[in-house]
Amino acid sequence: MSTIQVTGENEQHPDVALVASAVAGDVQAFEKLIRKYDRQIFRIAQHITQNREDAEDVVQDAFLKAYEKLDQFQGNSKFYTWLVRIAVNESLMRLRKRRTGKMVSIDEDIETDEGSVPRDLADWSPNPEQNYSQTELAKILRKTIQGLPPGFRVVFVLRDVDGLSTEETAEMLGLSVPAVKSRLLRARLQLRERLSRYFRSKKAGEK
Amino acid sequence: MTCTEFLALLDELMDGTVAAETRAQLEEHLGGCAHCTVTLNTTRKTIEVYRSNELYELPKSVRERLHQAIVARCKNGC
Ligand SMILES: [Zn+2]
Repeated sequence: MSTIQVTGENEQHPDVALVASAVAGDVQAFEKLIRKYDRQIFRIAQHITQNREDAEDVVQDAFLKAYEKLDQFQGNSKFYTWLVRIAVNESLMRLRKRRTGKMVSIDEDIETDEGSVPRDLADWSPNPEQNYSQTELAKILRKTIQGLPPGFRVVFVLRDVDGLSTEETAEMLGLSVPAVKSRLLRARLQLRERLSRYFRSKKAGEK
Repeated sequence: MTCTEFLALLDELMDGTVAAETRAQLEEHLGGCAHCTVTLNTTRKTIEVYRSNELYELPKSVRERLHQAIVARCKNGC
């Protein structure tokens, strides 16, 4: 699983040189950036759009947009942060197209009781995955996260799957730090609650 | 500390960003509350299980196709 490398404040991020070469016309340097981040961009796009075709389009369009605007890229933000921001916007645009009439926004804050007070209290924590094949487990995990609002899904993926900081996530999504924090907590608790339904019932009715 | 107060600090506890004094209070609460212990364990596991399973693999063939399409357009000045 990919994690973003954390470099020191004063150290130059390796992407800076690649971006500079790409701006100077070195398409190979840009290709390196594509190879480095395409999987993450695809994952984020899939989580937002929930549609494979759209996610593939997002990968293509996000990189093309980035390339087009590369000379406008501000070196004071990370290339990946900037790229994700483009990809998130592209993803939301596609999601809106498919759900015409439905409001789709990343800053839409949905108040739910779900997850606020955990109800399901079976401790399935040691190794619930033992009871499932990898395909089965992936299916459960996809189904579970799909039930969350897009703004929660993306915060969870950036923070907990990609391992980015709260500040970076906030910058990528154009949200405030407290908004990211509140969403992350609710996303984690809602996922926990929803997963409990699978994991504890399996435990109770063991085959 | 109540369960609601504990829950409000759950993320900070898991992310290790909580002050030592608060951490001690949280741990004290955990010691006497099975409810919050289970919540903490299963929430941690939830994150771990999502982290260790790739849900949306980008197949090699698709990857290559996308790369070629992007690079071709970049070379044409988009
Ligand atoms: Zn408690």
